[in-house]
Amino acid sequence: MKERSMVPRAEFSSYYGRPVLKKPVWAELDIAGYFFTGGVAAGSALLAAGADLTGRPSMRRSARLTSFAALGVSGVALVHDLGRPERFANMLRVMKPTSPMSVGSWLLTAFAAPAGVAAASELPVGRRLFGGLARPAGLAAAAVAPAIATYTAVLVCDTAVPSWHAAYPELPFVFAGSALAGSAGLSMLLSPVPENAPAARLALLGSALELVAAQRMEGRLGLVGEPYREGKAGAKLRASKALTVAGAVAAATLGRRSRLAAVAAGGMLAAASALTRFGVFEAGVASAEDPVYAVAPQRERVEQRERVTEARP
Amino acid sequence: MTAVSDQPRMGFFTDTSVCIGCKACEVACKEWNHVPDDGYAFLGQSYDNTGELSADTWRHVAFIEQPRADGDLRWLMSSDVCKHCTHAGCLDVCPTGALFRTEFGTVVVQEDICNGCGYCVPACPYGVIDQRKDDGRVWKCTLCYDRIGAGMQPACAKACPTESIQYGPLDELRERAHGRVADLVAAGVTDARLYGDDPDDGVGGTGAFFLLLDEPEVYGLPPDPVVPTRDLGLMWRRAALAAGTFVAAGVAAFAGRRGGR
Ligand code: SF4
Ligand code: SF4
Repeated sequence: MKERSMVPRAEFSSYYGRPVLKKPVWAELDIAGYFFTGGVAAGSALLAAGADLTGRPSMRRSARLTSFAALGVSGVALVHDLGRPERFANMLRVMKPTSPMSVGSWLLTAFAAPAGVAAASELPVGRRLFGGLARPAGLAAAAVAPAIATYTAVLVCDTAVPSWHAAYPELPFVFAGSALAGSAGLSMLLSPVPENAPAARLALLGSALELVAAQRMEGRLGLVGEPYREGKAGAKLRASKALTVAGAVAAATLGRRSRLAAVAAGGMLAAASALTRFGVFEAGVASAEDPVYAVAPQRERVEQRERVTEARP
Repeated sequence: MTAVSDQPRMGFFTDTSVCIGCKACEVACKEWNHVPDDGYAFLGQSYDNTGELSADTWRHVAFIEQPRADGDLRWLMSSDVCKHCTHAGCLDVCPTGALFRTEFGTVVVQEDICNGCGYCVPACPYGVIDQRKDDGRVWKCTLCYDRIGAGMQPACAKACPTESIQYGPLDELRERAHGRVADLVAAGVTDARLYGDDPDDGVGGTGAFFLLLDEPEVYGLPPDPVVPTRDLGLMWRRAALAAGTFVAAGVAAFAGRRGGR
């Protein structure tokens, strides 16, 4: 878990400065975009269940529809990255616990059906078809939602990409917080102000979770934390933090009284959630492109081991 | 790894101390495996115009020109290849089962099952496996699965004129390699070391291992690679905690004052 490197940059060797790793081949718009929309689908399913159980019909309706719409965009993004729709079927050939992508494909499949029924029941046609199933389906979707919101962090951490792999203790919390804040923001944007109190509270809680987890992560990572601060990734993550703070404050204060403030807060939180995912994605890619992030911490480990061996009589 | 038969695990021992940089391995691999050309680049990196292992380069010869203290130049040449890891990141994360472990203990992609998801690419701690841009499927060394199945040696090993590339049962290769290092060190080549021969390393040892004359990173190899899935249990545990926090936040948000709608 200790990744802080004491090897100075200048001392590390490489082969003509070429990367040691292959960077992810995923299209950023598809995959970082999916991390965002998947998080929104999950967070909205949670909000919809809460709204249903506490008697907030407009909020329930908008959250169920948001959840399923976000899931639809996720599906399009994933299929676009694969190239052909039937390629998604290959994912369901096997169930492989060692592959977070396999686990995720099954989770998405398990989430899609109840989320679809819950959303459909909010439309006139669907209400006639699945009226009685609406609540159980909504609750079933909410039961899978926590896994949908967090497995994507495991997906990226379970790679050799230095800044992702080393981030595994905190990144699931960053993603969970980002999903909560983003979906709470969208709920505020889409629901009437009198039903906004829970979303505003969730926006605050999600933002706090994300910010604290990100702070701890960047503080702990040492050298491989650098890509989270530098370049395009750093700029996106800084913008995300600023929007998260502003959005959460607006949500918790004026957002519960004024429609305009609720819309502004919601927009900021949703944008922040997207920026977090794109920033994390780009930081990982940057860490795979520069050999120092792969080599220096490994070299440090080797030297550490050699020191221990030498110290032994 | 469980042995399905008495077929021993097969591998490569690449002794870079005798590599002459002729690239016969690169060429033989391309021809036998019908690997498409990867462009005609001039990289300006010594005699290396291939650069790295990729979907279209399954053997890659690295050239390093090292200035020595006496003013002379030292040449390092090394033919790199997929390591056929004992614990293979690419294989662990593949969601379709396209990557599999053969009866020879090697790691091979089934091209008709790969769906081009690309997950294996960043999961390889050596940067070996890669995607072809045409339809997005991935390609890498198969350790000539077709040839070794027919009792032949892989094309690269067959073509290598100096026996820098040796193919055989992994146990035998490891023994031979240890002897070779001892001989070299005794002859004053104190830089000689093995890379990937240790079953206790971060990938459980590799099926294709090397004798190097400098630190691995000088050849573009990671000095202490670890299979990403080694920490997967811990990762899921952290995700479960985060998922619990996600639910708790939801409950707290709605449990707040009921009147506060
Ligand atoms: S070197 Fe990379 S591609 Fe080859 S078996 Fe190991 S993880 Fe897979
Ligand atoms: S790209 Fe192909 S081989 Fe690689 S993980 Fe995906 S399905 Fe498996």
